[in-house]
Parts: sequence; C-alpha cells; structure tokens
Amino acid sequence: MQRIGVFVCHCGSNIAATVDVKAVAEAAKHESGVVFSADYQYMCSESGQDLIKDMIKEHKLTGIVVCSCSPRMHENTFCKAAAAGGLNPYMVEIANIREQCSWIHKDMPSATAKAIVLVRSAIAKVTLNAPLTAGTSPVTKRALVIGGGIAGIQTALDIADAGFEVDIVEKEPTIGGKMAQIDKTFPTLDCAACILTPKMVEAAQNDKIRIFSYSEVSAVKGFVGNFTVTIKRKARYVKEDLCTGCGLCTEKCPQKKVPNEFNLGLDNRRAIYIPFAQAIPKIATIDPDYCTMLKSGKCGVCSKVCSAGAIDYQAKDEFIDVNYGAIVAATGFNPIKVDKYDEFAYAQSPDVVTSLEYERLMNAAGPTGGTLLRPSDRTHPHTIVFVQCVGSRESEDSTKCGKSYCSKICCMYTAKHAMLTREKYPDTDVYVFYIDVRTPGKSFDEFYRRAVEQYGVHYIKGMVGKVTPEGGKLKVQASDLIAGKQLHIDADMVVLAAAIEPDKTARPLATLLTASMDTNDFFTEAHPKLRPVESPTAGVFLSGACQGPKDIPETVAQAGAAASKVIGLLAKDHLVCNPCVANANEMLCSGCSQCEKVCPYGAITYSYKEFRMPDRTTKLRLVASVNAAVCQGCGACTVTCPSGAMDLKGFSNKQIMAEVDAICK
Amino acid sequence: MIYSYFPGCTLKNKAIDLDIYARRSAELLGITLEELPEWQCCGGVYPLAKDKIATKLSSVRALAASRDAGHDLVTLCSACHNVLKQVNNDMRTDEYIRSRANNYMAPDAEYNGEINVIHYLELLRDTVGFENIKKKVVKPFTGRKIGAYYGCLLLRPGKVMQMDDPENPKILEDFIRAIGGEPVIYAQRNECCGGYATVEDKAYAASRAGKVVDNAAACGADMLITACPLCLYNLNKSNAENKLPVVYFTELLAEALGLKEENDV
Amino acid sequence: MSENNICREDILRISGVDTRKCMRCGKCSATCPAYDEMEYHPHQFVNMVENGDIEALVESPSLFKCLSCFACIDRCPRQVEPAKLVEAVRSACIRRQGHNHLSADAIPAILDPDIPQQALVSAFRKYSE
Repeated sequence: MQRIGVFVCHCGSNIAATVDVKAVAEAAKHESGVVFSADYQYMCSESGQDLIKDMIKEHKLTGIVVCSCSPRMHENTFCKAAAAGGLNPYMVEIANIREQCSWIHKDMPSATAKAIVLVRSAIAKVTLNAPLTAGTSPVTKRALVIGGGIAGIQTALDIADAGFEVDIVEKEPTIGGKMAQIDKTFPTLDCAACILTPKMVEAAQNDKIRIFSYSEVSAVKGFVGNFTVTIKRKARYVKEDLCTGCGLCTEKCPQKKVPNEFNLGLDNRRAIYIPFAQAIPKIATIDPDYCTMLKSGKCGVCSKVCSAGAIDYQAKDEFIDVNYGAIVAATGFNPIKVDKYDEFAYAQSPDVVTSLEYERLMNAAGPTGGTLLRPSDRTHPHTIVFVQCVGSRESEDSTKCGKSYCSKICCMYTAKHAMLTREKYPDTDVYVFYIDVRTPGKSFDEFYRRAVEQYGVHYIKGMVGKVTPEGGKLKVQASDLIAGKQLHIDADMVVLAAAIEPDKTARPLATLLTASMDTNDFFTEAHPKLRPVESPTAGVFLSGACQGPKDIPETVAQAGAAASKVIGLLAKDHLVCNPCVANANEMLCSGCSQCEKVCPYGAITYSYKEFRMPDRTTKLRLVASVNAAVCQGCGACTVTCPSGAMDLKGFSNKQIMAEVDAICK
Repeated sequence: MIYSYFPGCTLKNKAIDLDIYARRSAELLGITLEELPEWQCCGGVYPLAKDKIATKLSSVRALAASRDAGHDLVTLCSACHNVLKQVNNDMRTDEYIRSRANNYMAPDAEYNGEINVIHYLELLRDTVGFENIKKKVVKPFTGRKIGAYYGCLLLRPGKVMQMDDPENPKILEDFIRAIGGEPVIYAQRNECCGGYATVEDKAYAASRAGKVVDNAAACGADMLITACPLCLYNLNKSNAENKLPVVYFTELLAEALGLKEENDV
Repeated sequence: MSENNICREDILRISGVDTRKCMRCGKCSATCPAYDEMEYHPHQFVNMVENGDIEALVESPSLFKCLSCFACIDRCPRQVEPAKLVEAVRSACIRRQGHNHLSADAIPAILDPDIPQQALVSAFRKYSE
C-alpha cells in the first residue's frame, strides 16, 4: 500500500486568490492512500522543499503530489527535493492548479472544485507509479552547424575555440551568406567584407572545423549526444582537392549568360563559376542547369584550360554519414519575392529594385563596380525613393498574404542606403517613405537622425501607393500624412525594403530535426525568454535569423550563445537518459510492426525470438523491442499498438486510465 | 461546351459590338453561349454596404437560373462580371447574405453559390486555350502595339475575382499575343478610368482617363483594348484628338479570326 | 449627433469594417485615384469613423468622389477596406429622406448620345436610394 503526501502551494496569490487551497488540502486527505496533506505559501522556496524532505521521512511517504504551477516550471525542483528526502524522483506527480486552473478561472468555488479533481487525478496516478532509474548515454564530441553565413561561421568558430570538432554544411558553393553581399554595415558604416572575410578565412584554416560547401543535410537519425547525419555533397563537377581556384575556367567558359545570383541577377556569370573573389573554399563549381557539356556533351572548354585536371564531368552526388553530439540550425533568411506588390512596378521597370539589389549596386564588387547607376540606362539617378515595410506588418487576411511581423532590419539599412547615397552623390534627392521608424539599438536612432539632419534625407510619414514608369522616369504617387497631401515625385529609382523570411530550406530541415517552427517558418525556441538559443528538441540549437529577424550584432551574439550551449553539452561525457521510455510486452506483441512505422526516432526494431508454447514445443515469433537509449518517450507507439503490447514507463495505460477515472468519479 | 450567358443591359444597346463579336467568335471556337432568359440588370456596381440585400437579388436570380439550366455562367462586361462574381462569392461564403437573399426570393431551390461565374476572357484562356486561338487566327495583328486596359473591375478585389494577379495581370497581354499583336505593358492599365463619376462630373472622369491614355501612349501603345463599355466611353471622352483608338477586345478577336465583315461597323 | 442620429456603430455595422486594424500607413490615400477631388481622404475616413466624427463625413462632398475602384481595398496591408467605410457613410447619408444626390430630373441635361446605360445605372445605385 502506498503512503502518499500531498502539498498544495499558494504561489503567493497566484493560486490562493482563486483556489481555496485549504479546502483542496482537506479534500486530498480523504483520498485513499493519502497519509499527509498540507498547504504552504511557496512550495518552491527552500523551506517548502524542506517540508517535502521532512514529511517524506516523518510519514514514510512512498509517493508525493505537489499541487502547484506547470511541471515545466518546477517538476525538476520537486523531484530533486524528493530524492534528497530519500524518495525515488519518479514517485513525484505535479497537479497543475495554476496555469490550468487558477489563472484561467475567475470564480473561486468552481476553481476550487476543479483543483480538487486535478489533485485526485494526480493521486490516482502516483498510486500506480513505480520507481524508475535513469540510464546514461555517451556523447559524440562533434557538432554540426547547418548554414555557413555569419551565424554559422561564428558558432563554428566559438565551438572550435573550446576544442571541439565542428562541421559546417553550406548549400551554396561558398560560405559567407548574406553578409558577403552587403556593402557597409550600420551604424558604424564599416565594410562588411572587411569584417566578414577574416572570419571566413579563420574558419577555413581552423583544424577543428571542416567545411562541407555545396552540401545539404539529407537525413538525421538519433538523439541528443548521438545524432547520425547524412550529408549530401552535391556534384560540383570540380575535384575540390585538385582545383587551385585560379579562375581561368571561369574566364574561358563560353556560356556567358547565366544570371549571377551573388549580384541577384543584376549581371551574368559563366556556367563554371566562383561566386566572388574571397569565396571559401575558393573552388570552381559547374552549374549543371547551364553547362552545355553536361547538357549536350559538347564543349569541354573548362577541362581543356584546367592545368590542374580538376574538372570531372562524371561526378555524382555523394552521401556521407557523420556522427554528432549537437546540431545547430543557422539557415538564415531571404528577402521575399515582391511580385505581388507590382503597384510598385518591380516587374515593369528594372529601375525598381529591392534593398539587397541596391546593396549590390553600391558595392565596389557589384555589377557597376560601386558606381551607383540605374539598371535601365546606366545613368546616375538624381531622385531616389525608398519604400519601407514592403510585405512586412500585414494582417493575415490581407490580399497579398504578406508577413505579419516587423522585419526589423529594414529601417536601419534604409537609413544607411539613404545616408551613403547622399554622401557619395550630394546632388541626389533621397526620399524615405515610412510607417514608423524603428531604431531600438545601440547608436541606431542617432544614426537615423544623422541621415535626416546631417545628410538631408527626406523622411516622409506615409506610404507609396503607385509607381508608374513613364518617359524614363518613375512617377511615384504617395501620401504625406503629416502634410496631408498626396505627393507626386518623378523618381529615377525606387528601392523596396522587402520583408525578410526564413530560408526555404528551413522547413524541410525542421522536419528532419523534429524541431518545431512557428507559422512563419522561423524555428521556435525552447523558451522565448529563458532558453532563446535552444530548440525544444534536445540537442538542437538555433543561431541567427532562422529564429527570427536579426541584424548582424544580434546574430553574432546569438551565434555565440548557441555555441556556448553546444560546448556545455559536448563537455559532458555522458547524458542522463529519460527513463520514461516505451517497452514492449513480448507476450502480447503480434509483430504487426505498426509501432516501428510511427516511431519518429527509429527506436523500435523487430527480431525473431523463440517462445515456448503450452505444448512444450518452441515457436519463432517476430516481436518488437525498444532501444531505451534512443526512445524519447513520446508515446506514439503505445497508442498505435493494436494489441496493447506497448507501454510507456511512468505513463502506463493503466496510469492514464486511473487518472481519467479519478476525473470522472 | 455549353455555358449560360449574361450579356447585361449595355451590351444590348451602346456596347452591342462587345456582344456580337464575342458570340460570333465563340461559335467558331466551339463554345455555345445560351443567353439566360429574362435576365435583369446587375445594377452596374456591387453594393459594398453589408446591409444591402435587395440590390443583389437580380444577380442572385441570374445565378440561380444558370444553376437551374445546369451550366456555369459566362459574363463579358467587366461591371456585370464584377457584380455577379462578388454576389456569387457572398452566396457561397456569407451566411447572413445567403439566408437573407434566399428568404427574399423564396425560390424552389435555395441558391448557395453552386455555379461558377466565368469571364469570357477566362473562357478563352482556360477552356479554349490561347494556343488554340493562335492556330485559328487568319488575320493576325502583326506589328500592332496594343495596350491592354483592365480597369478596376476585372481584377479587384483580387481575393474574390481571382482572374489574374491584380497588380501584374497578363491575361489580356496573352490574348494580344494570341491574335498576333505585341502587348504594351503600362502601369496605369489597372487604375480607374473615372467610372460612373462621368455622370455628374465629366472633367473629373476625363482627368482620370487621361492619365491612363497618356501613360499607354508614352509606353508606345497605338491602340487600347478593354472589356468594359464604361471604360471605353471614358477613355474615348478624354481622348478627344483620338490619340489612341479604344476598342473592345472581342472586336479584335473577331477580326483576327476573320469574322469581322466590312459592313459591321 | 448628426441628423437622424447616424452614429459610429451604424457605419461599422453597414460597412463591416474594423477600424482598429488600421496601422496608419496611409497607403489607401497614397493609391487613391480620387484623392485630389476629396476633402476627406480614405485614411481620414478610417480615423474619423473610429473617433465617431461622422457628421463631418456625412456632410462632405467627398462621399460622391470615391470611384469604388477597390484599389484601397486590395492594397491595404491590414485589410481595413476603407472604400467600404466611404460606401457606408454615403449610404447612411442618402438613406435620409430628401438626401438623394442624383435625381432622374437631372439626367436629360447630362445625357450625351454615347453614354452607356451602365454609367447611369451605376450612378443611381451610388448616388440615390
């Protein structure tokens, strides 16, 4: 017979103002098996925990129920207290009478009645609890970083600095990401390449870091500390170990009309290419969509000019399996496509560009060599209109289905573009149409004010409503809400601050990692305030804009934080496993293999076992077995099993039914 | 292929060209348009006020009649299309309007938006196919620079009309290509012509339409096509020196298919 | 209170618009083709209805300048649909006895031989009850 203790927490007034805690404690006394029941102001306080320890000893308790906040908050606290009192920590149950009761009810009698039901149900469960012992599993001391932008590079450098091996998987032929495309950085206006490329070189030269460029994650198995990841190394048709990066092939390739993605299609590259001068690794890649040799077997120029013999038209995608202890998602962002916003005439005029395209038009390594020329006729623009919030801050029911969030970085980069334009070309009139100017960062508002006061950028509260290309000009129709006017500006260029969104690879990756995402496809963090760089999936960490819009300093800070969490994990030799895992009753198992199919962790295997039959013969039967080190205790198998052979330790079918019965009593 | 057809009042009178060329072309393209018996005026404008039920009833009647005939309903005039399509959407999605309208009419069978309202252009694109039209063209408009004028009503509200991208449409441009012409894209093609404002303020409507015509001309168009009698009227009024001829798209279709006769106009 | 007590709630009910969704970006007034003809502009309709400032709107000639082109409806990032407010105020205005904006007597004077029937029907729907 169990001897159960019940502890009802006031949580100050959080619970006690709505739930009659004394009545709850009193009601619990009458439940079968309960030998002690009391209320207390703060169970999580040290004296509250001491009460648990003391009562376990005094009343020889075999199980306890704490009626308090969500188990996500303090289950761990109370389990530790119970263990200190000599009780198996799995003999503790939490009745959540705060989030699920006092916080959502107003009326005390009904809240109290509900709290009593919740307590009764927890008592029914703990009566059937059995002591469990957690095992341990070893930790593979290597981390994987998915994405080689500034977030991924910084995370990898910090992990390597702590002495652990780390691999970067980057889908493009080079690392560097979006920051490599940026000209200057706000609010200090230092050159993005000048601060990024040393980090790229550092990553390449660090012997703890391996870079798998032009590669993708294609499968993930295992669990925290013990992931096995299949990396697809896409065929680049150039042998990485032989290519010297001389670039001769990229000059001789006859296929000259390939849109250059590094310059966002504003100029062309060859079918064999190195994305930019400081690319890492500096190795050529053949674009199979455009290479005439790969498409029709005729050409072979690059192979002829390559003195290193690095060209390999026969190359195939390769798949390698690598073990990791931790995985960091750093998949970054992209500007949205603005084709739904053609009231701004992006599809109609080459002189309407996105901000990232403008960035390339200002960059010395860009398509115009750093001279600002408008794309249509390569003349200097004299009037430029910037439009903020294109596709950001839209309601979910809006016609264009834009993003409901603020993209965060646009106000600052637009101020930067406006300022740099006025500085280089003082004869240019620059207008910025804004809804709000959001500059909550260190030295950010000062920067924006400088654009207005020192550089004479015209900031206009209002939105652009229509852009009409006519006679070599862009006729901009907009509202000036302060002046109460509709403005008509003949502009030479219009620059759209397109909303940013998570990279398209993030969603399939989240599925592989079983990591959760929000409706915008940003990765969700384990706790929005207290665990911002961890995914709710153990062993998966988040770095950079894949978790939400971020500027460079925030990205770097988060990248470092993710690295420190990874280091904390890899520093351990063993991890304590969750003992609440599934186990199969072989006598009941019919071998149907349905549990194997639903298991998201690959923890269930089937094998033939010999069974003695009643007539003393033996029979071979296919039965399920669970790898306790891999099982995460999700319970999918227990509800799938048609014969009731699967059960979850600590959450057995019997326990769940007892809880339900107690509620319905 | 048989469809019910709602011509609308203007197509029986001032805009008779829009109608006859459409019917003639449809026949050649294997489409049978059966004019709804006893159709009534759609009202010209969709009633935006939520409490207006009575002004939607003529549309509901046309929709129900089409349903009873067993065909989807084809429209041609942009205004009729806009009204009928929006009312049809109300009958599908808005319980308040649906129940009120059905109660008013007390029809044998309640109408719940069962049929689709299809614009003649959508018929050309989705059922006939512009490629097939191209094959049947005998007098192509080769070298003609034609500006498509959409106006407001074919495209907006985009969520309901769903004919094309309301900001960057291409259905009329594809049509122009199909009849051998060269489409001229100009930004004012989906801005208002001045609409019904012309009834009380001609100068106001003319200034609106003028912006459209000027933009099209500046972009190199040498003629404009439209699907709306009121657009045609406003564009022509603001276009006194006849800088750009404005015609119905069906007239060009018939001409390209060799169906326009000398004495037609 | 205006004549016949047209109030904010009437306008919200007739239009079905939730003015609180507006984020004051002004895109409706930026895209409005009737802007120059109007005394109160689309974004002001939203703001004035929200503030219950209905009387000024009911008396304003702006009501009859909206072209119902749906541009503000389609381009509004918050799906506020300002044109529905203009229509609601206009409806409330002309529903009052003797407030029709257009009467049949006025038609012969403005008729020209080319004007399509559609224009007259639409104008009557918009300007009169």
